[in-house]
Amino acid sequence: MDIKEIKSKFPIFSNKVKGKKLVYLDSANSSQKPKVVIDRISNFYSKEFSNVGRSMHSLAVTATNRFEETRDLIKNFINAKFREEIVFTKNATEGINLIASTYGEKFIQDKDEIIITELEHHANYVPWHFLRKKKGAVIKFAECDKQGEVNIDSIKKLITTKTKLIAVTHVSNVTGTILPLNKIIDLAKTKKIPVLIDGCQGASHLKLDVQKLDCDFYVMSCHKMYGPTGVGVLYAKKKWLDELPPYQGGGGMIDEVKKDDISFPESPTKFEAGTLQTAEIVGFAESIRFIENIGIKNITQHEKEITEYGLEILKKNNSVSIIGDPKERSAILSFTIKGIHPHDIATILDDDGVAIRAGHHCCQILHEKMGIPATARASLGIYNSKEDIDILNESINKCNKIFNN
Amino acid sequence: MDLKELYQEIILDHGKNPRNKKKCDGFNKDAKGNNPLCGDKVHVFLKLNDEKQVEDISFEGEGCAISIASASIMTEIVKGKDYNVAKKILENFINMLKEGSKPSINSLSDNENTTIMSLSGVKQFPMRVKCATLAWHTFLHAAEDNKKVVNTEK
Ligand SMILES: Cc1ncc(COP(=O)(O)O)c(C=O)c1O
Repeated sequence: MDIKEIKSKFPIFSNKVKGKKLVYLDSANSSQKPKVVIDRISNFYSKEFSNVGRSMHSLAVTATNRFEETRDLIKNFINAKFREEIVFTKNATEGINLIASTYGEKFIQDKDEIIITELEHHANYVPWHFLRKKKGAVIKFAECDKQGEVNIDSIKKLITTKTKLIAVTHVSNVTGTILPLNKIIDLAKTKKIPVLIDGCQGASHLKLDVQKLDCDFYVMSCHKMYGPTGVGVLYAKKKWLDELPPYQGGGGMIDEVKKDDISFPESPTKFEAGTLQTAEIVGFAESIRFIENIGIKNITQHEKEITEYGLEILKKNNSVSIIGDPKERSAILSFTIKGIHPHDIATILDDDGVAIRAGHHCCQILHEKMGIPATARASLGIYNSKEDIDILNESINKCNKIFNN
Repeated sequence: MDLKELYQEIILDHGKNPRNKKKCDGFNKDAKGNNPLCGDKVHVFLKLNDEKQVEDISFEGEGCAISIASASIMTEIVKGKDYNVAKKILENFINMLKEGSKPSINSLSDNENTTIMSLSGVKQFPMRVKCATLAWHTFLHAAEDNKKVVNTEK
C-alpha cells in the first residue's frame, strides 16, 4: 500500500501549519477528508441539489436517489440485513440519545439497570444519566483495570434481572482498547439483554459485520470516517426500529396527520424528522467508497503497524508514560510526560506542526480511575506514517528541553 | 508565534514551584474555578480585611504550567494590595491577554511589572488565554462573594 499516494488525496496535507508540514495525529477526534468527498459535496450543490423526498421534479428525484444510495452503501459496509436498519442522525451522540430517549421511554422503568463501562465517552454516559433523572434508572459501571481492559467478568457480575441494556464502546478513545464485543454480546444474549455499541472509534478502523456481531444497536460519526461533519449513523435491528416510538417530530416522519391523531411510517422515515444533511449524506458515499477502495483490512493492518511502531518508540522515551496496555489496541496512544501538563505538550507539539489532543477526551470517569486529570493523545488515520511518529517523538523531546526536564 | 515567549523562565519557575499554593490560614473568602474543556481546576482562598485590603491569598489546584504559573503570579501580585487596586490590575491584565493592550498599571513595582509581563506571550496563543485568566476570575469571585463556580466556557 502506498501511503504517500493515499495521503496525497487529502488536500489538507498540502498546507503548512506554522511553516511546518502537518503531522495530523488527531483522527480519533475527527479525521481529515479526501478530495473526492469535498468535491462530491461541491458538485452535488452545483449540479444536483434539491431537497429529498418531497417534490416531484427531476432534481428531487436525483437528489433522493443519491441520498438513498448512501444508505445502501452503509448497509453493505456494515453488513446490515435491511436498508431500513440504517437511520441517519447528526452524529453518534445523537444516535445514542435517540436510543436512550425512545428505548428509555418504552422499556425503562424505575430501578431498571443500564450497564456501561468506566471507559465510556461522555456521549455514552450522559444520555443514560438523563434516564436516571427522568425514570429512576440505575447506571452501573463495569470496571476497567490499569491496562485499560474491561474484563467480561466485570460485566457479568453486574447483570441482574433488572438489567435492561448494556451500552459499551467498541474501542476506547483514550486507551485504544478494543473491547471483547463477541463475549459481551454472547453473554447478553443468554440473558436476553440488548446491547448498544458506541462505534465511534471502531468504524473505519476495524472490519464491521453487524449481523455476525449480532448487536442490537451500533452508532457511528461519519466525520471520524473520512466523511463530512453533521452526519451520523444509527444501526438498529429492524425489530427494535419497528417497536420503538419516534424520536423527534416534524415533517417527513409522518404517515397521516389528522386533527385528532397522527400516525407514523416505518423506519427509517419514522426516525428522520425534518430536512437532513442532504449534501453531507451524499458526500459520505464517497468516504465509504474511499475506505472500500483501500480495503478496511488494509487500513486495520496499516494502522496496527504504525501503532506498534509508536508504542515501541514512545516506550523507549523515558520521560513518557503510556496510558493503558490493552492486549488488543486500535489506533490510539494516550500518554503523559513527567512534569509537563498535557496542554503544554499540545502547545509545544503544535509549534512543530504536530496536531494532537490534550485533556480528558470526554472521559472524566476513566481519567479519575487512572488518577490523572488529563492526557495527551495521538490517534491515527490511514494517512499516518512512521515518519509522523518520529516527528512526534522529537517534538516530545523538545517539550523536555523547554521544561528543563 | 514564539514558544520562548510563552514559556519564559519566570513562568516555568512559577509553574514548577508555585508560590502560595496551599490553603492560607484565616481566609474569609474563597471561590472555585473550572476549565471544563481542559480539566484545569483552581480554588482561591482570600483573606480580605475590614479595610478591603488583600491581607493574604493562596490557591490550590491542578492544571497546565500556564494556569498554575498564572495563579501563583496572581497571588504574589495582589497580596497586600487594596482590593480596588487589585481589581484594576486584574482588568488590565485581562485586557492585555484578550486585546493585546499594554497594561498601564502604575501601582506595580518594576519587579511586579516584569513578572506580570512574563504572561503577555499567552496572547499569541488564543487557546491558552483561558488557562492564564482562570485564577484571576476566580479571585474576583472570591472577593465579591460570588458563589458560582467560575467556568471558562460560559
Ligand atoms: C468513543 C466515542 N464516543 C462518542 C464520541 C462522540 O462523537 P460525536 O461528537 O461525533 O457524536 C466520540 C468522539 O469524540 C468518541 O470517541
